[in-house]
Amino acid sequence: MRSIRRTIDRRGLADIGLTCLAVFFIGLSYGAIAVASGFPLWVPAALSVLVLAGASEFLFIGIVAAGGSPIAAALAGLLVNSRHLPYGLALPPGVTGRGWRRLLGTHVMNDESVVFALAQPDPERKRAAYWACGLGVLACWPGGAVFGALIGAALHDTNAFGLDAMFPAVILALIVKDLRDARTRRAALAGAAIALAATPFLPAGLPVLLGLAALVLTP
Amino acid sequence: MKEPTTLVVAGLAVLSAGTYAARLSGQLLRARITFPPRVARLLEAAAVILLAALVATTALTEGHGFSGFARPAGVLVAGVLAWRKAPFLVVVLAAAAVTALLRVLGVS
Repeated sequence: MRSIRRTIDRRGLADIGLTCLAVFFIGLSYGAIAVASGFPLWVPAALSVLVLAGASEFLFIGIVAAGGSPIAAALAGLLVNSRHLPYGLALPPGVTGRGWRRLLGTHVMNDESVVFALAQPDPERKRAAYWACGLGVLACWPGGAVFGALIGAALHDTNAFGLDAMFPAVILALIVKDLRDARTRRAALAGAAIALAATPFLPAGLPVLLGLAALVLTP
Repeated sequence: MKEPTTLVVAGLAVLSAGTYAARLSGQLLRARITFPPRVARLLEAAAVILLAALVATTALTEGHGFSGFARPAGVLVAGVLAWRKAPFLVVVLAAAAVTALLRVLGVS
């Protein structure tokens, strides 16, 4: 942790802290929704630690609660999580750690840790930001989920506080730097349009992957 | 929970193991092949495109349909603020505040 504090400035750490706080609040609503749908506490708790990928867990809980098979729900969740493969391709080698640390470094790969890593200018700071955010999410997502499951019914609709707008806002704020490049912006907008157009017709997760077709616009 | 516990545990195991495999395989592929700098840049652009597509779908859709106006309006305000280099805290809180305010006013 000391090396993390040395390499990222205070503002960078504050940004990561705020993102983790947002993750905690989304975790609260996730845990509360899970128990309200009839799951015992251990289901959202185990999912949040072992899967550690919010969107796929919401989907898993939703499908099983609606009477779907848990295996079908797992496959749907995997489709949503398939974007982690291109994330692994995009990260420079060494960011996720070396040797045994990489076992954990691989597990903490998520939208937030990847986007914070990409936003840093050099490999050492990419690694520091990736780990700070990854470990923060590893603490806050399960923490939020368990706390949310415990207070369950006491928690009212978290959407009322606009918390659902925080996740896209965090990601958008962090890719804005890349979007200043006209070519990247064009490709990103095209990718977003493709994903939106495909959403009504394809299972969750696929539209985002399909957005990759916009890569042809980046020569 | 209507489903038998063993089946839920099996689904949980499939989802966790598969997700870990997705996280690992991209890195292994990257370590095995040395990409020319141009391709490395392309891979980073791919991540930005994925993230942009994720922003669009999480801001504008819920399930297979439209999410309503409140959430995308909040994200739009956040985007404008971020473009104008507002601090991260302001950007993220503005998204939540605008969305919450619109819902108080009855805009879903």
